[in-house]
Amino acid sequence: MKHENIHHACGNKVSQAIQPDSAVAFFGKDQPLQLDSGIVLSPFQIAYKTYGSLNTHKNNAILICHPLTCDQHVANPHPVTGKAGWWDSLVGCNGILNTNRYFIICSNVIGGCLGSTGPASVNPQTGQAYALDFPVITIGDMVRAQAMLVNKLGIDTLFSVIGGSMGGMQVLQWASAYKEKVFSAIILASSARHSAQNIAFGEIGRQAIMADPKWQGGRYIDTGETPSKGLAVARMTAHITYLSEGTLHRKFGRNLHERSEITFGFDADFQIESYLRHQGFSFVERFDANSYLYLTRAMDYFDLAAEHKGRLANAFQNTKTRFFIASFSSDWLFPTHESRIIVHALNAAGASVSFAEFETDKGHDAFLLHEPVMVSAIKGFLESGARAIRGLSGDGSTS
Amino acid sequence: MGLRVDFDVILSLVKDGTRVLDVGCGDGTLLELLTKKRGVDGRGLELSQQGVDQCLAKGLSVVQGNADRELVYYPNDGFDYVILSQTLQATCNPKKVLGELLRIGKRAVVSIPNFGYWRVRAALLFCGRMPVTKELSYSWYNTPNIHFCTIADFLDMAQEIGATVEEAVVLNRNGQPLAFKLPWNTLNLFGQQAVFLLRRV
Repeated sequence: MKHENIHHACGNKVSQAIQPDSAVAFFGKDQPLQLDSGIVLSPFQIAYKTYGSLNTHKNNAILICHPLTCDQHVANPHPVTGKAGWWDSLVGCNGILNTNRYFIICSNVIGGCLGSTGPASVNPQTGQAYALDFPVITIGDMVRAQAMLVNKLGIDTLFSVIGGSMGGMQVLQWASAYKEKVFSAIILASSARHSAQNIAFGEIGRQAIMADPKWQGGRYIDTGETPSKGLAVARMTAHITYLSEGTLHRKFGRNLHERSEITFGFDADFQIESYLRHQGFSFVERFDANSYLYLTRAMDYFDLAAEHKGRLANAFQNTKTRFFIASFSSDWLFPTHESRIIVHALNAAGASVSFAEFETDKGHDAFLLHEPVMVSAIKGFLESGARAIRGLSGDGSTS
Repeated sequence: MGLRVDFDVILSLVKDGTRVLDVGCGDGTLLELLTKKRGVDGRGLELSQQGVDQCLAKGLSVVQGNADRELVYYPNDGFDYVILSQTLQATCNPKKVLGELLRIGKRAVVSIPNFGYWRVRAALLFCGRMPVTKELSYSWYNTPNIHFCTIADFLDMAQEIGATVEEAVVLNRNGQPLAFKLPWNTLNLFGQQAVFLLRRV
């Protein structure tokens, strides 16, 4: 029965990639997406969700950039898993991203698998899924597509662009490539370049997927099979990097899973093993393996300084954007020094920048959790920005 | 914390509409005053999480960090003034920090508690113990203030790094400025704290 559930969910996953439960902006042949690789992607679509409403001055829009394995379903039940939105605690009528005041936008990244054009989408030239015929995309490409969506929504300036991890990379790209469109930028647990260690973990994930015989060179969608085991292993590895030794010890220690003694076998004796297996297999229900390859690659290729003659400060020259950068003390995937590199570059560029390192043992994932210090800091930062903009201060209506 | 007396002096030394970096900005009180009363474009550097949170809530730009380590990353001449109020004595390397202030800022505003103040001298002379004052209420073993100096010591260091003292305001116990005309050794005896406006030579 459990198996059937997964099979049903996988079917839902494929349909979400093609016909998502969210709004879709379609960009036809007349609006191609110029990719960093030199390839032109056209036509393409961006699936997105909005919460709240755009005010008359059109100055209350906040764009949320989602991290690697999240999607546009920020504050509504997920169409595949039924779970609450991934930033439900921040976005809503009582959240700091208050939907009574702000117009919140979040779009599935290009290359994703929840409705924006990606490797699971149908290639119009073949009538079959793109799979590995989908061009390799970059963080810059994701942001270029988002900018086209924002333009289509009739918004000139975003009050804020906010994101963590891969989302933070997109925010940095926004602040660099579209300076005049970004009033404030919030970058959480992120970096201006993917480190060697992070590329290494990405590579393990990709190799795990590609080593699964069901991957079939990426053409698994045609055969109705899924490289579930490979993708699950990729997720298990990545999931460890999102936590910290402290969290793992606190949550699991060496506790045994539903047994009182070790079994002298390779079943999941320890709770941590059972937990990781669950994380792996539940991920497979909602995520496309090829999409995982493309998005991790996009992160690997991200190096904002390299795009600016090796000097990160050049990326922010003459910026008027207000920046808030935050890191988490136990995050070893995007450690504090990566955030400090961004802060130093912004200082060198004379930008308005705030930075805080939050004490927590929750690791990289802390930015997804309702960490009170992070929430109060973002709240203070946003409210001070709102005070500087006509019609945005106060917590009343948006007009 | 009530309004510190050195803040008034600092406000009077900073010109309107300038770019200011406040190193060790605490809860942002001074930076907020400078922003509101002097219209400065202000930035802060603060070590404590609590201070950073309070600054953010006030809408100030603040970077969490340590003056000893972070100042090197600020560009030359990035600010008109770099302020170090009652913080120099808590740095690991005050001379290096002061040098950085004058590299980053065209001018530096530095306020220090004066360890040459007669009550401090008297406490050591008559009680034979490290002085604990109302303003600096730590004991020797838990104080973050590891590099106390007197007004005379500070002036020596300023000279060593080639800084010019453009202005100096020495305050007595009640926060009243002492006459600048008094000889330095008198100021060093009766001043409880001092604020200096320094310029690179």
